[in-house]
Amino acid sequence: MAKVYDAGVKDYRETYWMPDYTPKETDILACFKVTPQDGVPREEVAAAVAAESSTGTWTTVWTDLLTDLDHYKGRCYAIEDVPGDDTCFYAFIAYPIDLFEEGSVVNIMTSLVGNVFGFKALRALRLEDIRFPIAYVMTCNGPPQGIQLERDILNKYGRPLLGCTIKPKLGLSAKNYGRACYEGLRGGLDFTKDDENVNSQPFMRWRARFDFVMEAIHKAEAETGERKGHYLNVTAATSDEMMKRAEYAKEIGAPIIMHDYITGGWSANTQLAKWCQDNGMLLHIHRAMHAVLDRNPHHGIHFRVLTKILRLSGGDHLHSGTVVGKLEGDREATLGWIDIMRDSFIKEDRSRGIFFDQDWGAMPGVMPVASGGIHVWHMPALVNIFGDDSCLQFGGGTLGHPWGNAAGAAANRVAVEACVEARNMGRELEKEGKDILQSAAKHSPELAIAMETWKEIKFEFDTVDKIDAAHK
Amino acid sequence: MNDYQSSLSNTESRKFETFSYLPTMTDEQTRQQIQYIVDKGWNPSIEHTEPEHASDSYWYMWKLPMFGETDVEAIMQELDNCHTAHPDNHVRLLGLDNFAQCAGTSMVIYRGQTV
Repeated sequence: MAKVYDAGVKDYRETYWMPDYTPKETDILACFKVTPQDGVPREEVAAAVAAESSTGTWTTVWTDLLTDLDHYKGRCYAIEDVPGDDTCFYAFIAYPIDLFEEGSVVNIMTSLVGNVFGFKALRALRLEDIRFPIAYVMTCNGPPQGIQLERDILNKYGRPLLGCTIKPKLGLSAKNYGRACYEGLRGGLDFTKDDENVNSQPFMRWRARFDFVMEAIHKAEAETGERKGHYLNVTAATSDEMMKRAEYAKEIGAPIIMHDYITGGWSANTQLAKWCQDNGMLLHIHRAMHAVLDRNPHHGIHFRVLTKILRLSGGDHLHSGTVVGKLEGDREATLGWIDIMRDSFIKEDRSRGIFFDQDWGAMPGVMPVASGGIHVWHMPALVNIFGDDSCLQFGGGTLGHPWGNAAGAAANRVAVEACVEARNMGRELEKEGKDILQSAAKHSPELAIAMETWKEIKFEFDTVDKIDAAHK
Repeated sequence: MNDYQSSLSNTESRKFETFSYLPTMTDEQTRQQIQYIVDKGWNPSIEHTEPEHASDSYWYMWKLPMFGETDVEAIMQELDNCHTAHPDNHVRLLGLDNFAQCAGTSMVIYRGQTV
């Protein structure tokens, strides 16, 4: 029977709270952590989140009746307590797939984390997880090359890759910068990396940097006989400029470029990733600004969601945190989003903060990058946590070596190979790490000095954003 | 402070990817790495090349990959056979992961006359 137009304000829950709804295979599912204002019922605020992130507005409008709202609306189908925190609850919302443009994380996120985050009836709101149905995954281009192809392109097998971010972050001239890269690469690194805030400043314009760095790569390759790369950061003020820099990187034979996917924007990132796939270029992704979005346990977007967005938008590497270094990262949660980056199918696992099964089908994986305040003593734990399909990046932990970058690089290379060798022999890295490194240092004075230099450095602060559990 | 010893003219500077920054493996250590490949369910494969072509993706296969071979001594013997037939060449051992469609690992076991 046809509906009748009835102007006015209705409770959201009359339309958007559907506890009997069974999500479809093709629905996009979201889990929000909702902190309501005092006195607002859970069902009403959860339904409001569903409405405001999909079809709804605050009042009934006659144009609602021109369409089939029951088809298009987002619907809240479940509410759950948050373990250990009674100020908030989880709301599970299902969105029909044709609410969104194909292949557009931009479109999905504009709905899911749009106006709804400023909604007055909420004190805070956090997007904890999204289940992208395989039907939607298939519309996205994904990582340009993927982990296996990267290994084949670079001839690196059976161990984590080793990188280094060039420091100081800002202020080096192009020639001095290339020197720092060359020294690291000849010492045994696979990659050096532009810091994220290196774009094209007056002290070092992008083109001069690209030229000197490429010479550094060529010489280090000739010297060591190994394949090398440097993440040339093409992040720029406009996507035209970004593409210009990417084209030049290709012209001079660079194997890999880099983009900051949050500050640079997902639209630019998706464009660049597609170009990389078409042009045989690897794409390293930095995540500046992520902690603004993902660190507050009650408000924002969880990093596991940002991880899924990147895998769909496209990138071959993504910074994941280190667990052990200077930057925030709960161990179990980190293991969860590392799986989300690399695996083909990830099961729901609340102990790792994973709320939904996620099927990526044949979409290639993204290599997690561990970077930020790590040094050679962390190597056994890093190899154990991240395994082979990862890139371990030591900035200060390479460049801060008393004998310089080449020695610092060699120390890390010896350490990573010693850990891999020991792991393959069945030894327990985190238990026997000290002994493994000390044995390796007998053959490597560079490693011995590195171990002496950083033996006391630890970053033991409590994690701010923990997995939700009953702590009380 | 030590100088870092590496140059274009010194062939000792040439490296061979995984494990090439460690001392040459003993036979016993090689056996343990072979056991790891076998335990992973990977197919052992032996390749060799003239040292001047070491940076190519394709080295010569020594026979076909040893599909299903799990006997560590048999794999050691084939490495030795390849080395004996091509004493001046580099010889590497790979573990081919047919699910990933990528080598799970690769290591140079014998180094020829490096250039």
